[in-house]
Amino acid sequence: MMLKVLALTVLAALPAAAAEDLRGTGDLGLIVEREAGSLLVVDRSERAAIGRIEGLGDLSHASLVYSPDERFAYVFGRDGGLTKVDILTRAIVRRVVQGGNSIGGAISDDGRLIAVANYEPGGVKVFDAETLDLVADVPMGSKTVGIADVPGSRFAVATWDTGEVWILDHSQDPAQPVITRLEGIGANPYDALLTGDGRTYIVGLFGEKGLTAIDLWQDPPQVTRFLPDYGKNQPDLPVYKMPHLQGWTLADGVFALPAVGLHQLLWVDAEGLTEIARTDLAGQPVFALARPDKREVWVNFAPPDNDKVQVVDVLTQQVTDTLTPGKGVLHMEFAPRGREVWLSVRDENRVEIRDTRSREVLGEIEARAPSGIFFTDRAHRTGL
Amino acid sequence: MELSLIRTVLRAGRAVALLLLVAGAADAGSPLPERQAELRHMVRQDCGSCHGLRLTGGLGRAITSEALAGRDPVDLMDVILDGMPGTAMPGWRPLLTEEEARWIADYLLTESE
Repeated sequence: MMLKVLALTVLAALPAAAAEDLRGTGDLGLIVEREAGSLLVVDRSERAAIGRIEGLGDLSHASLVYSPDERFAYVFGRDGGLTKVDILTRAIVRRVVQGGNSIGGAISDDGRLIAVANYEPGGVKVFDAETLDLVADVPMGSKTVGIADVPGSRFAVATWDTGEVWILDHSQDPAQPVITRLEGIGANPYDALLTGDGRTYIVGLFGEKGLTAIDLWQDPPQVTRFLPDYGKNQPDLPVYKMPHLQGWTLADGVFALPAVGLHQLLWVDAEGLTEIARTDLAGQPVFALARPDKREVWVNFAPPDNDKVQVVDVLTQQVTDTLTPGKGVLHMEFAPRGREVWLSVRDENRVEIRDTRSREVLGEIEARAPSGIFFTDRAHRTGL
Repeated sequence: MELSLIRTVLRAGRAVALLLLVAGAADAGSPLPERQAELRHMVRQDCGSCHGLRLTGGLGRAITSEALAGRDPVDLMDVILDGMPGTAMPGWRPLLTEEEARWIADYLLTESE
């Protein structure tokens, strides 16, 4: 009798237990622990770390992209390592050392190709997303920056040494991309971004004033230089960390861009590519990220101001808040619908979670010298 | 014979004077241990933004002791303080004293991972 009851209980419990073991990945994320060469797996709903994946090599300046099913991540390490990790089993699936020194990568819109931009040996290498086998090797005679996934199995990338933009089209034959090479983009592109609609590729220049926009809807792509004179009459301030262009965004038909060598945010009309306003900031901006509802832009800074974050109102272009989360705020990542923001505070070995409206601290997660924070919703966004 | 003795004595004297000079400079200028820890952190993290956490290079060139072998520490100090015009290397003078820059130059030349 007793046994029977027990057996029934076990049976009844089985399907429930199985369901308990299953889980979605939509509220998960990965945090780069740059010195330890590991990734912290985090759960946004729990505001907690749920595991760690180790053995990824040198992760300084590491970034990653997600597979379309939000289960796998492809991690681009400084040491040229390309690592595919499974966030559910928290294990390395595959790892190849594909170059001497890489700076970032992208996943094609069909999820089949992974492209890596390299400082050493330069150029771009493209891999099969399933196997990490090399599919195409495209030398460019330069360090490459700002690689992005353009719709239609294409990638765009800028060349630091030669001031060009290359568009690789893998749609016909992945191994033999059709290459569109745009010369004379400007001196020393240091990063680039692709707008969320995949239309405009914007290149930031370090070697001269101004930026370059490329309209990818035109055939051939149309190149426009803009803000050629910004800061011309002001002495350049030293740049102790290069700004990142990913995440500048269109808020209300307007781009908010971090200036280089000026402690300012530049507001540019997206249609005419003309400057409409400037906001004075606490330091050299690194990331200027629009909150997902586009109502505010959050900015972090290069040393020595990297303990601060400033919040700028999109309607008034005024700084509304200056927060001091702690020493070495390297990155910010918003929850997909913008309710909270996660901040990595490198020198204090923690990630701070704040409410984006009240600015109140909601939680904190221990992490080893954290840098980039990546939530899985990135899997479904172009240009990240 | 006498002449060569005088020369030797003079040479030894110069060497001693030089030694004293070097020791004196190091003594007066060396940052305190806490500041040295901050500087080491700065090299890894902030220089590391461009030169790599392990100083093996990135946007900027490799600055490991092997890569810098044979470089004059005073030249390196000048580059640290005033940057390299025409490149992305900024001058760190607003954040560092000359003694601290010299300490970093020596640190880069001698430190190996």
